[in-house]
Amino acid sequence: MVRFENVGLRYGLGPEILRDLSFQIPAHSFQFLTGPSGAGKTSLLRLLFLSLRPTRGLVNLFGHDVSLLGKDAVADLRKRIGIVLQDFRLLDHMTTYENVALPFRVMGREESSYRKEVIDLLKWVGLGERMDALPPILSGGEKQRAAIARAVISRPQLLLADEPTGNVDPTLGRRLLRLFIELNKSGTAVIIATHDITLMDQYEARRFVLHQGRLHIYE
Amino acid sequence: MSRAPNQHGPLVDLGNERPQVPARARNLSPIVPRASIAGRALVAVVAIMTFLASITTGTVLLVSASAAEWQSEVASEITIQVRPTAGRDLDRDAAAVTAAMRAQPGIIEVRPFTKDESAKLLEPWLGSGLVLDDLPVPRVIVARVQPGTALDLAALRRAVTLVAPTASVDDHRAWIERMRSMTGATVFAGIGILALVIVATIISVSFATRGAMAANRPIVEVLHFVGAGDRYIANRFLRHFLRLGLEGGLIGGGIAMLAFGFSESIAGWFSGTPVGDQFAALLGTFSLRPSGYLALAAQALLIAAITAWASRRTLFATLDDID
Repeated sequence: MVRFENVGLRYGLGPEILRDLSFQIPAHSFQFLTGPSGAGKTSLLRLLFLSLRPTRGLVNLFGHDVSLLGKDAVADLRKRIGIVLQDFRLLDHMTTYENVALPFRVMGREESSYRKEVIDLLKWVGLGERMDALPPILSGGEKQRAAIARAVISRPQLLLADEPTGNVDPTLGRRLLRLFIELNKSGTAVIIATHDITLMDQYEARRFVLHQGRLHIYE
Repeated sequence: MSRAPNQHGPLVDLGNERPQVPARARNLSPIVPRASIAGRALVAVVAIMTFLASITTGTVLLVSASAAEWQSEVASEITIQVRPTAGRDLDRDAAAVTAAMRAQPGIIEVRPFTKDESAKLLEPWLGSGLVLDDLPVPRVIVARVQPGTALDLAALRRAVTLVAPTASVDDHRAWIERMRSMTGATVFAGIGILALVIVATIISVSFATRGAMAANRPIVEVLHFVGAGDRYIANRFLRHFLRLGLEGGLIGGGIAMLAFGFSESIAGWFSGTPVGDQFAALLGTFSLRPSGYLALAAQALLIAAITAWASRRTLFATLDDID
């Protein structure tokens, strides 16, 4: 599903922050991505989400060499990827429900066709009572859950999550991990970038450790 | 492997927690909020530009129509001047020319100006109470030509000079040429002003679009995250700009049409004043024909379309920068 070969990344003329990354992410797989702050976890997720292009090396996503993709093809591929970012990126003028339903709306689906699914998921992540609230009045944890719900609602083939449990209590963190595991069981490859060792210890999965720009994989 | 959202079971099993899903459809917020686009300023700019463009076009149409009217009036007349000269009787020459003209085919009316009428023509230059007997004033004969007749001017000149060697025939060709060039210059100036107005509209709309895109950059980024293509995003913005363009065009074009509609009354207020008389002489009754109003309406639509086009162009350029 994802193949990196000798991938390097630098910003502008700065030093290379990711070096010689070579790995594969098979379909239906689950992995944690960890490493110290500034190790390049977010940059690697952005490479996987195609919002950054590598400075060198080959990135192959869903069988496509990303260096050859045009804008429309990138948009099509992104529809198969869900992403949860640290700063949530919710739209402030839309309710929690509308934010979570946004991927369906962009696909052109009728509201009635996804209403039940969205409401069920909002209940599951503990936002059942907040579905008509606007993001500015949500707490950090609630925003995070809404962002996760938006990323998983359309059952992407690949889910990228950057510190998805950083703002929630351990109980809710476990509940969200269960959501990711359920999603993985239904066929989605999951990559969770986290510092939270307790979270990683709760589920046996492959660990990618980034250190000084290099990737070490622990099966 | 492609995603098929409906082929799976529920993503989460809520068991007893399952909520009662309301059957009502939700009123979804627009993806790009209307308030996030500085609409009023843009509507005002488009309205002003449309108004200026409409006034220009309307004036050009009025001048062209008046000029065409003058040209057809002038072209259907021929003026013969019989100059006094020693040894010839001016009155007799004038009568002979009048008779010769009446005999010409295609001439439907011949009217020799009397001495008093000639004095009246010279009044602006020589003052009133003129006694023409003291001056060698030429006599003027005006002949009306049957519309659509191609006169043989050379034969007519020969016939006239045969009976009065000092007579000269003027078919107003020089005057018509000057009129034509004046009308051409007016139309040219009008097109120039229209071009400037359109360029100014495009620049204003581009700036407004860029501003709206900058204000809505977080929305654009999120839409990219959820897999929206540039075309989808651009269309969300485009409908706002098309609506703003139509609103501006309607206001500007509507006010201009009202101005032309009431222009006859307005011209009436100024009649009798030198400025009013000059305008009346130049533009006639100030009234625009129905086809003129149609042209103004089409122009307002064109400016709305230009607004949407300029916005679309800027949208795609900005989306390229954002990605």
